[in-house]
Formats: sequence, structure tokens, C-alpha cells
Amino acid sequence: MKPVITIAKRELTGYFASPVAFVFIVIFLLLSGFFSFMVSGFFERGQASLETFFAWHPWLYLFLVPAVGMRMWSEERRLGTLELLLTMPVTPWQAILGKFLASWAVVGLALVLTFPVWITVNYLGSPDNGVIFAGYIGSLLMAGAYLAITAMTSAMTRNQVVAFIVSVVLSLFLILAGFPPVTNLLVHWAAPALVDAVAAFSVITHFESIQKGVIDSRDLLYFLSVIVFALFTTGVIVRTHRAG
Amino acid sequence: MIQVRNLKKTFGPKVAVSGVSFTVEKGEVLGFLGPNGAGKSTTMRMITGFIPPTDGEATIGGYSITEHPIEAKRLMGYLPENAPSYADMTVHGFLSFAAELRGLSGSARQKAVARAVETCFLENVLHQSVETLSKGYRHRTCFAQSIIHDPEVLILDEPTDGLDPNQKHEVRTLIRKMGEKKAIIFSTHILEEVEAVCSRAIIIDRGTIVANGTPAELKRRSAQAGAITVRLGEGSSKPVQSRLEALKGAGRVQLLGEQPLSLRVFPAKQSSSEDLAKAISALCAQERWQLLELHTEEGRLDEVFRGITLPDTKANKAAA
Repeated sequence: MKPVITIAKRELTGYFASPVAFVFIVIFLLLSGFFSFMVSGFFERGQASLETFFAWHPWLYLFLVPAVGMRMWSEERRLGTLELLLTMPVTPWQAILGKFLASWAVVGLALVLTFPVWITVNYLGSPDNGVIFAGYIGSLLMAGAYLAITAMTSAMTRNQVVAFIVSVVLSLFLILAGFPPVTNLLVHWAAPALVDAVAAFSVITHFESIQKGVIDSRDLLYFLSVIVFALFTTGVIVRTHRAG
Repeated sequence: MIQVRNLKKTFGPKVAVSGVSFTVEKGEVLGFLGPNGAGKSTTMRMITGFIPPTDGEATIGGYSITEHPIEAKRLMGYLPENAPSYADMTVHGFLSFAAELRGLSGSARQKAVARAVETCFLENVLHQSVETLSKGYRHRTCFAQSIIHDPEVLILDEPTDGLDPNQKHEVRTLIRKMGEKKAIIFSTHILEEVEAVCSRAIIIDRGTIVANGTPAELKRRSAQAGAITVRLGEGSSKPVQSRLEALKGAGRVQLLGEQPLSLRVFPAKQSSSEDLAKAISALCAQERWQLLELHTEEGRLDEVFRGITLPDTKANKAAA
């Protein structure tokens, strides 16, 4: 466990030494504020809930999370430090976990910094804070799933732009599988069971279900299995094409 | 300490390393020579556990690098080719990170960092970020990382690449000093380095070991080795050459220059260069030739290297 912490600490200093973490946090805060207050009409709705705020997260993460995670492995590959890291007495899993946790912490910090929104709804009305808490948990899990996917694509290439684009496309697929316009299209010609099966692969389905305030074990299992699967694949890629 | 048995590595149809075996004991400095693309770096990467071998095995201090990678990696320090390091960290931060990954903490870590900094002359740049450093400093930073835990086994891929002559000298001195207590493998293109530092050298070409011995042994394989160079103050070439050829134990005589007259006498087969040298000096005394120089060639490593690693016979002849 200790090497995991050491690697995570190094990654975090890396994020904050370069402007990546700051840029991500500032842009995330600006955009989430803009979309929930200006676009979705947070005040006009007159409801004490963060529904409009969380509804934008799948879309904001789609571009911002790959931007945070794209350097995770491709940078190591480009600089040649992968050789250094993997000849240290650490297992590839420790390195993968350390890097993943560090980038997840950056996203988590950005989420924590949205607390003024939470204060605002509590000042204006009396929202169900349990639901809001569940919303934050769901948002964090979703970010984790996107990040794990980005880790996987980042391990495939030394080019960060390629890592970014491929992970945006994969994440977009995970969103669209449950996006109402797409599921409505499917309903016309596919069996309802099939539509449900496709929608079950989507982050939207599970994210929205958690946002109702109930953290269902199925939703939890979904996000955790996406994370574990993507990180496992990362491990396979890192181990098999180390010298590339 | 280091045992390499029949290591093989293929990348698709391309064979990078085919069946390399050697051992390195404590107190030995093994020079790893070979032309570019001969498989030096690939072999080192397999020994350090960065890439898995297709076949064969490497063990460090008894631990197989494939079966017990963590234990094996703990025993060694590694300087990869091109000396990579995290560009966004300071030298101090980078070395602390390396020490922490090596399981050092608290005051032991601080001591280890201070010692490595001192050994590699990094005091001036300690709090500078790695990306602002010159190549020499970057190289030494990565070198410092490899010795931070005072490992028993040190594997260095071109440790003097990109250093200025003074730094090269420092690093060589350092390797020789550390070689008294550690098992060291280092690869290089620079042949004089091998003579200056190594207790043993291996020449690798197209994935196989083509020569293995002490630098002196290797030099003896040179075509010139054992030949005797004679320089005379006066005399004309033709009669001197024929007199030398007529000597007992002398083989071919090669004229090197006319003014002053210098010749190289190769000993005939199965005769020693010592006897030949005695015979030549006796001849000079007898003929009252002014002898300016008489010495036995030790042979040259670059010539041996070229002779072994250049495939075509024309180049071989040129080297001889």
C-alpha cells in the first residue's frame, strides 16, 4: 500500500506543478455554474434541489475528465520514465492504482469546491441534503469511471491527444447508450428487453438512479465494475507493451 | 550476484537477443559493448525486469526477475538509456520520490538523498526543476536515483552519454570505486572507457555474445597484438626489412614509414614476441643500428571490436 501512496503523492505534485489541476478545477467550476444557473434556469425553477446542477455533469466530465487523465501513462511513455517506474520495486498494479487515485482526487477536489452551490440552495430553501449527498457520490463515481477509461486509453499511446480523443469517444458511447433521444430511437425497432440492456450500460441510467437519493447496490456495482475493468485492461496494456 | 541464462527476446519476426548468458560477481565491473542495435539495451531491460524475456532467465542475488521481481528489483539500481526523469519535479523532489519508492523514509531517506546529491555533484541545482537542467545535470540526476539506496547491483545503460570530458572522468572514477563492492554492468560505445573501468568486457553483436574476457585478453585477439614495432635512426628500408625478415621467429615485416625508418615485425606462428624482441635488439647491436624505439604491441580494443562486429571481410582486412 505504501508505494501506492508514494506514487499518488508524486502524481498530485505533478498535477499541481503543471497547471492541469488548476485549469481543470477553474473551468469545471465556471462551466458547472454557467450551465446550472444560466442555461437550466436554476432560480426560475423555484425548486430547492441540485438536479439542474448534476444533470450537466455527465457532459462536462465528457471533455474535462479525459483532459485530466490523458497524461497519466502517455506522458510516462513519452518521457521514458515508465522504464524508471517499472524497474522500481513496485508492481504495475500499485502504479496503476496510485496514478488513478491521484487523478480521482483532483476531480474530487473540484467537486468539493462546488460547495457554494450547496450553500445557496440551503440558504434559499430547504432541500433534501441526503439526495444532494447521493448526487455528489454518484458524480464522483461517474468521474471515476471516465478516469479509468482515460487511464486505459492513455496506456495505449505516447500521444496525449490520441488518448484524449479515444477516451472522449468511449465515454460518449457510455453516455449515449442511455441518453433518451437514443433509447427512444431504439424503442421503435428493438425489443424492450434489449433497450433496457443497452441502457444498463450507460452512465446516465445509473447516475440518474443514484440522483433520486438511493444508492442502489446495482448502480454502485456498475460504476465499480467499469472502474475495475478499465484499470485491469490498463494493467494488461502496461504489462504487454512496456517497451513501446 | 547477476546470473543471466540463455536470455532471448524476439519482437515479432525480429530477433533482438538470442541466447545471451553470463554472470557478474560482486567486485566486478562488466563492460557491455556492441554496435548500435546489437541488443545491449534490450538485454539490460530484460535483466532489470522492464520487458519480459521471450525465453531464458535472469536472477539478481538469487531472485529470478520474472518470478520474484520485487525482491530482485530491490537489490538493484538502474540508469536507463537517455536517463529519463520527471520533468516537472525538482531534483530534490525526484530523488526523495525515488528513495521513498525504495522503501526509505524519515531520516534514512534524507541521508540517502544527501549522499546521492554529494556523490553526483548536484548541490547547485537541488531545488531547480528537472526540465530547466542541462543534459549533463539531468543525466547525473538520474544516475543519483540509481545509487540512492546503495544497491548491491548496478545496471547502467550508457552512463557517460552526453557528459563533458570532466564529468565523464568523474563518472568513470565513481564506477570504478563502486565496482570494488558492487556488481556493475554498464554499456558504452566508448572503448577507452572499457579499458579504464572494466574488469571484464562482453562484446555483443546481433543479439549474441561474440567475445567475453578481460580488456587485456580481448586486446590480445587483435591482429597487431604481439607484433614488435622498431624505429631506427638511420638506414634504408629495403636491406633492413630483408634482414628482419630473415630473423629466426620473424614472420611478415611491414614498413610503417621511411623517415625515421620504422617497421613492424610480426612474430611467426608459434614463436613468442619476447624471443623476437630479443633477436631484434641483438641484430641492432650487431649491425650498429641506432635503435630509437622497440616495443611490443598490446593490441587495440577498437580494432578487435571492428574485427568482430563488422561482418564483411573487406572491413576485417582493413582493420587488420
